[in-house]
Amino acid sequence: MKSNPVNQTSTQNVPISTRRKNIVANLAEYKYGILFALPWILGLIIFYAIPLFSSIYFSFTTYSILQPGEFIGLQNYKDLFHDTLFWKSVYNTVYFAIFFVPLSIIFGVALAMMLNMKVKGMAIYRTIFFLPTLVPHVALAVLWMWLLNPGFGLVNGLLNMIGIEGPAWLGSETWSKPSLILMSLWGIGQAVVIYLAGLGDIPEDYYDAADVDGANWFQKTIHITLPLLTPVIFFNLVMGIIGAFQQFTLPYTLTQGQGTPANSLTFYVMYLYDNGFKFFKMGYASAMAWILFIIIMALTAIVFITSKRWVHYQGK
Amino acid sequence: MDGTTKKHVSRSLAHIVLIVASFFFLIPFIWMVSTSLKPLDQVFTFPPEWIPKPVQWSNYIDAMNYIPFFTYLKNTVLITIFSTLGAVLSCPIVAYSFAKLKWPGRNILFIITIGVMMIPGQVTMIPLFLLFEKLGLVGTPYPLIIPAFFGIPFYIFLLRQFFMGLPDSLREAAKIDGAGEFRIYWQIMLPLAKPAVLAVGLFQFMASWTDFIGPLLYLTDSVQYTLSLGLQQFQSQKGSEWGLMMAVSTMMTVPVIILFFFLQKTFIKGITFSGIK
Repeated sequence: MKSNPVNQTSTQNVPISTRRKNIVANLAEYKYGILFALPWILGLIIFYAIPLFSSIYFSFTTYSILQPGEFIGLQNYKDLFHDTLFWKSVYNTVYFAIFFVPLSIIFGVALAMMLNMKVKGMAIYRTIFFLPTLVPHVALAVLWMWLLNPGFGLVNGLLNMIGIEGPAWLGSETWSKPSLILMSLWGIGQAVVIYLAGLGDIPEDYYDAADVDGANWFQKTIHITLPLLTPVIFFNLVMGIIGAFQQFTLPYTLTQGQGTPANSLTFYVMYLYDNGFKFFKMGYASAMAWILFIIIMALTAIVFITSKRWVHYQGK
Repeated sequence: MDGTTKKHVSRSLAHIVLIVASFFFLIPFIWMVSTSLKPLDQVFTFPPEWIPKPVQWSNYIDAMNYIPFFTYLKNTVLITIFSTLGAVLSCPIVAYSFAKLKWPGRNILFIITIGVMMIPGQVTMIPLFLLFEKLGLVGTPYPLIIPAFFGIPFYIFLLRQFFMGLPDSLREAAKIDGAGEFRIYWQIMLPLAKPAVLAVGLFQFMASWTDFIGPLLYLTDSVQYTLSLGLQQFQSQKGSEWGLMMAVSTMMTVPVIILFFFLQKTFIKGITFSGIK
């Protein structure tokens, strides 16, 4: 910024010219602010806003890649309401989410606390716990098919040794979803990394102060670690719900897109994918996508509303 | 018990707990590597043979011939490099603008950005597919690369949190010295945000490296397939080549493990949640 000559000669003008200078400076900052954010402003419009709104429109049509499709109002939604496989996929997905999300938080926090201990060789332990997320899903699916095989799998083999006859796991309608929950819990490494980051943000002073007061490990966990971790738990809860409702790759590769046995592994997004890209009923699939969006928004809203009661921010 | 013994006991206890838990997480990896060195008839046996006899190194050679391995590897590497590059170029500058520059509409836009993180990918999947179809890009790797150059909401959010934690005084001091906004960003703020940029880069690298649904949708010609799609080709109606499949999986996983092992500390340091409101 060049200095204004008026500035030096007249003391009376100082406030005004400073203000003018500030305005010029602010305008420059506005310009750069928007310029720097421009890629994302464009990305938001092109890759999120336009697709979001066009999918509302598609959901009211019979659109497919093969034909332009016509406007049919709420027909897709009405059809979905009478589609038994749709309801089956809703049931499967809700079942999965109800068990998986809370379990993933409990195990995720516990694992992160373990991996936050100050012992030698932590880099190795952390890498080990992160391993399952690095193995390609197709390979993970194959591994689990072997582990859970009723005849020669490791899990039933071990159960056999202690005199329990294991279920058919992925081959059984009752046990296929619990199997998938088990498999998914194995891959919570990403969430654990985020919890670890949250644990790292808790100032050491709090623990030092608690040590002075003679608090034990359990008291420190309940009164310091967990309350201060709630913002991260909150974040992972929201992301966990979204992720659980979008379960796709694992059941898809596991059943080669079939959702077997008896559609017990047909998850919402698998059915959506089938409708959109196998049967080319893109209007129908868009209606499904919107129903999913509304469900997720409603759940997220509930989490946000209750969060005031249980999420604690540092320094507040 | 005096203090040091107590410390020793709790340390050993920690190691025991960690080792036992690690065992469960190691099984997939050990099994993968062990299967990759087995002949087909030894794959499914109980009790499992953890150490293959004989060690069949030829699986690795056979796997590379069974699928066009080097073509798929090249495709995967190119997509991963460019989409990671896109994410680390676009997201930090946007995040910096959200965190440190004042402009009208900034806060609203940031709230929208958080809201966008909650949109399931499937809602935008079909219109995006149609958009890329209109542009004639279905059947090319571009749909898997281009969006990354326009910013990804989760990464923008993470980076913004990190920039929020850097003091404003740095920016003001540089301004007094006459540095322009872009220079302040590029030479002062961005180097300070290195851990966060690295975390974002690693997230995007891993997501892109193992992505399945993206390539499944957009790569129609098998010449363009990535390794994660190629893995499926080992499973066929005639029977599956488990050993070969695991050989490719091992080759896919090992580089990422090495990367994670060396970067994990910086990676975790780069993720910060303080200051979310």
